[in-house]
Amino acid sequence: MNAFQRMNTALMVDEGKKIFKVSRQAFVDPDILEAERAQIFDKCWLYLGHSSELPKPGDFVTRMVGGRSILFARDSKGALRAMLNTCAHRGAQVCREKHGNAKSFQCFYHGWVFGLDGTLRSQPGESSYAEDFKERSTSNMQQVPRFESYRDLNFICFDRGVESLSDYLGPVKEYLDVICDQAETGMTVVGGTQEYSMRANWKLLTENSIDGYHALTTHATYLDYLKSATGALAQVAFEGSARDLGKGHAVLEYKAPWGRPVAQWIPSWGEEGKRELSRLYDGLVKRFGKERADRIATFNRNLFIFPNLVINDIMAVTVRTYYPAAPDFMNISAWALAPKEETEWARKYRLFNFLEFLGPGGFATPDDVEALEQCQRGFRNSAEAQWNDISKGMGKANPSYDDELQMRAFWSNWNDRVFRVSA
Amino acid sequence: MQTIARTDVEDFLFAEAELLDEWRLPEWLELFTDDAIYYVPATDLAVDASPDNNLFYVADDRFRLSERVKRLMKRTAHAEFPHSRTRHLVSNVRIRKQIGDDLEVSSAFITYRTKDSVTDTYFGSNRYRLAPGNGTFRIREKRCLLDSEGLRAQGRVSIIL
Repeated sequence: MNAFQRMNTALMVDEGKKIFKVSRQAFVDPDILEAERAQIFDKCWLYLGHSSELPKPGDFVTRMVGGRSILFARDSKGALRAMLNTCAHRGAQVCREKHGNAKSFQCFYHGWVFGLDGTLRSQPGESSYAEDFKERSTSNMQQVPRFESYRDLNFICFDRGVESLSDYLGPVKEYLDVICDQAETGMTVVGGTQEYSMRANWKLLTENSIDGYHALTTHATYLDYLKSATGALAQVAFEGSARDLGKGHAVLEYKAPWGRPVAQWIPSWGEEGKRELSRLYDGLVKRFGKERADRIATFNRNLFIFPNLVINDIMAVTVRTYYPAAPDFMNISAWALAPKEETEWARKYRLFNFLEFLGPGGFATPDDVEALEQCQRGFRNSAEAQWNDISKGMGKANPSYDDELQMRAFWSNWNDRVFRVSA
Repeated sequence: MQTIARTDVEDFLFAEAELLDEWRLPEWLELFTDDAIYYVPATDLAVDASPDNNLFYVADDRFRLSERVKRLMKRTAHAEFPHSRTRHLVSNVRIRKQIGDDLEVSSAFITYRTKDSVTDTYFGSNRYRLAPGNGTFRIREKRCLLDSEGLRAQGRVSIIL
């Protein structure tokens, strides 16, 4: 019996004594990773991509989702398709390009040709096959078991019996609405994908993405930079709250002094920026009234959707998803989202803002990478130094954005799923 | 203007690499013009893509580049504390064309970075726009085009390439 099988929980929790600890074995044990694959990545809704990535019929992208090779395409009728990128014949990956536009997909091994919807169109030597071969669904590329969307965010699930995406997201939808409503004509993914990795367990990035506590020390140089850049700060203090959204989802919603392209002005954006931002703000007030407009424009949101999707609406909007390759290694993909109708000025400043903080070449993310990799290195001592502490803010009626409620929400759900406790 | 030989450009690029490898970043910054830009685009973009409407890894104007240097020289730039050891190899240097008084230059690079017993390799090409003057050059633009598929192996680009 291995160590994982002997465990029936990775948590040590005592609400009365305000104790919430996570076993560091959860970050290093290959058996835990196997259980995560079976109980989480094979059963939860996973982010596939944004509808704006495939504007025209025939547009496609290929990407790895939950360990599978997925072909995400817009078919000739304009419908989005999520297919398992494997030939019905002998299993080769059919599409080998990362993105592009196609009339059909041909497997080069024996030359089978599939339509944009995955239907078998032709195969060399057709007369040697059964007469009804092409009518059989088993001759087509397989669609993923479940494929659903919310506000142009497309998700897949490998568990056919899973609840609807809408039920899975639950109160998350309210926050997706607030984020997407900053655009009048919808959000779009900006060109360019940030693809990177960390030599660290994937759950460390979940924690880090919704961690309001680490900024002052981990990101000291970013805050130095904001102070030394003339007019980079608004007269706004860090202030806000955290909310457990159920099913492991969580959100931070808070005010911060950085500029927001929709719509918190900072002096360095000048008079042109001021005019642009007040135009955007007035538009929001007109569409939604002042209260919701203020929420959309001046509050930041770090939204975590279980198990591995982060949508941060901060100095820019980023969508980030990540998967374990090993207990101590993860691959990360990140995109920038922006309102479709945004002016050139706003798009430029949004992206300039994005790179200041975000991504593996920014002024902040490399230090997150370092922190997470140092945690993973520290976990080498986990046989003796066994527990992580995430008790900050326990017992508070209104946990602050820099407490750890949101991490406890994640870990509780993770623990229930991995150890198959019914929630 | 007088003829500029490839070897002149090579000498300059080799000296630039040495400043980076010796972490003499404030001196390295002095190589750049006041209107300089330093770009590392995402690797799924066209080579001449603009950071105004595409997501890059790095898109610094001269001010932000100076702040990047300031940051990297601090103990609180955790990703580079203690400083990693690097070796910037520069090769395949070519003068592409003249743009006004400036030269467009390309080179191939391999940069090794070692820290905490892990060695990462960055490789690709650099596109420079160099402004000749006083027997040397200043860098008006440095666009670093990674050949790798993203930063899947390296994880980050916390050094200057």
